[in-house]
Amino acid sequence: MAFKDYIRERFFPHIWCPGCGHGMVLKGMLKAVEKLGINKSNIVMVSGIGCSSRITGYVDSHTLHTIHGRALAFATGVKLSRPELCLIVPMGDGDALAIGGNHFIHACRRNINMTAIIMNNQIYGMTGGQYSPLSGVGKYASTAPYSTIENKFDIAKLAEASGASFVARTTTYHMREMIDTLCMAIKHKGFSVVEIFSQCPTYFGRKNKLKTPADMLNYFKNNTAKIGSEAKKKNPELIERGVFINKKMPEYCEEYDKIIKKANNTLTNTEV
Amino acid sequence: MKQNIKFVQGNEACVEGALYAGLDFFAGYPITPSTEIMEHLSERLPIKKGKFIQMEDEIASMCAIIGASLTGKKVMTATSGPGFSLKQEALGYAIMAEIPCVVVNVQRGGPSTGNPTHVSQGDVNQARWGTHGDHAIVAMTASTIQDIFEVTIQAFNIAETYRTPVILLFDEIIGHMREKLILPEPGKIPLVERLRTSVKSGIDYHPYLQREDGRLPMSDFGEQHRYNVTGLFHDMWGFPSTKPKIVHGLLRHLNDKITNYAETKPICMYKEFYLEGAEIILISYGSSARSVLHTVKNRQAAGEKIGFIELQTLWPFPYNIIKKKCANARHVIVVEMNMGQMIRAVKNAVEDPKKVFLINRIDGLLITVSDIRNILRMLQGKGV
Repeated sequence: MAFKDYIRERFFPHIWCPGCGHGMVLKGMLKAVEKLGINKSNIVMVSGIGCSSRITGYVDSHTLHTIHGRALAFATGVKLSRPELCLIVPMGDGDALAIGGNHFIHACRRNINMTAIIMNNQIYGMTGGQYSPLSGVGKYASTAPYSTIENKFDIAKLAEASGASFVARTTTYHMREMIDTLCMAIKHKGFSVVEIFSQCPTYFGRKNKLKTPADMLNYFKNNTAKIGSEAKKKNPELIERGVFINKKMPEYCEEYDKIIKKANNTLTNTEV
Repeated sequence: MKQNIKFVQGNEACVEGALYAGLDFFAGYPITPSTEIMEHLSERLPIKKGKFIQMEDEIASMCAIIGASLTGKKVMTATSGPGFSLKQEALGYAIMAEIPCVVVNVQRGGPSTGNPTHVSQGDVNQARWGTHGDHAIVAMTASTIQDIFEVTIQAFNIAETYRTPVILLFDEIIGHMREKLILPEPGKIPLVERLRTSVKSGIDYHPYLQREDGRLPMSDFGEQHRYNVTGLFHDMWGFPSTKPKIVHGLLRHLNDKITNYAETKPICMYKEFYLEGAEIILISYGSSARSVLHTVKNRQAAGEKIGFIELQTLWPFPYNIIKKKCANARHVIVVEMNMGQMIRAVKNAVEDPKKVFLINRIDGLLITVSDIRNILRMLQGKGV
């Protein structure tokens, strides 16, 4: 199936601003799904609220556009109920880590098999450019006219410490890497987290001297480096890209099946 | 035939009712005085290959059951006041997206943390108006352990029939009190299964297009039809829309589909005692109804013209039924454990609101027979 077949044309044109990175994430995500050859009817995409969360509507799968910050909680209900389905949960940085921070760390802890994609544009776009927990100190936003004084999260470290079994970071500048990373994440059995830096030229860029989409993409190019690369060794300030964690761990739905067997006294010795 | 009789508390009766109705999925968070519901389901659901999950908070529990319901499962969560407050946004989502689910609130004293181990009926109006925006809701209650069992089954039936959340508004006394429960044979109480679409694979399915009878056949997530579900106003495909005609039409539909059936079964449930020729009619519900029934029975035996309506469905309120039944009564007395919540609906229903009086308690204790007697004596001009 061509990746275009995964698109729900009826819902176009999309709502994103010209130059927004979210359309690139949409393409990357669909390319990954196409590569893996997953049947449309086996995919459930769950999102919360914000620019990023509109991404689900444009995909011809089962799509659940929910309330702010709670996408992972809805997704947990779907997944536990029908473990054979492929769950993809695209979220914005504010959606996933401010209002949804608690659900995020607990989904990591449970290691339930789904892929959380955090489209990190470092800003609340839909409401007009307020600073997010991923903006970082010194950034300007409509609620930080004198610059922010709040530290940002390191999503990869947070996910790792919370127990996610696959953690990666990439950017919209690195499309091929994004597609490959998403393939790995979706294939991974357990809770996978992929942080994707996505540009918001309209609000983040305009207020932070990165006015055009190209400025922002170049920023991603020049300020990131592969994990353990020479560039990173030379300049420790660079943000690392790549797969931080990829390990086998007991998956929640499989463990739950054992509970069913325990409750019915049918657990075999090898499963104990 | 030997009857299956149990001696259980109300929270367990709710569990039995939910399982009888076909509960597949429960998500919850510990909170007094409802916790026994989740404790029992954590044991019972895996036995029938159902799913139980203790979520990270009350909000997540509500969201998880909505997600599970979309895959075609019968779902429930249980909580009490503070947790019920937290669930309100997701409850509104279930209303807007028309997703069947059952939400139990075993009421305790509030506001805030309030009086966790004591009884109250203070969430009656929250059940009606707790989530934002105009909406209709079904909220039901019970005064005996047997009724908890049966009302719980009806809650599932109504949720599936009308594609709506149904709230079970029990209270601490009825949740923790133990009484006899007779479990009927499977199949004795009719169960409603979800109406699923007959539209074949490959043909355009409209998840939010009403049939002629107003119902919307569903398609389970994971099956052939792929569609969008959103909390935004949406068109027949579930696609977000701000078109005035669509916004107006959907809001009307969400309200009409419940309120148009407010006075008919299965939504409308109540019991009546000795209403014929009654000069005084008491109206009550939940554990307060037990003291009222005791009082009314004794006074009937003594020859007084006193009747009783026990509400089992609180919302939507059956205004016309209450108006008709109370038309000839001199006094209508609402007995409830709050500052007067249901009484507002009763006053709106009857022709002369001045004849409606309140007997209440707000100190965390049950309304007693003597509380009721004192007010009746005043109304009857006998002094206290």
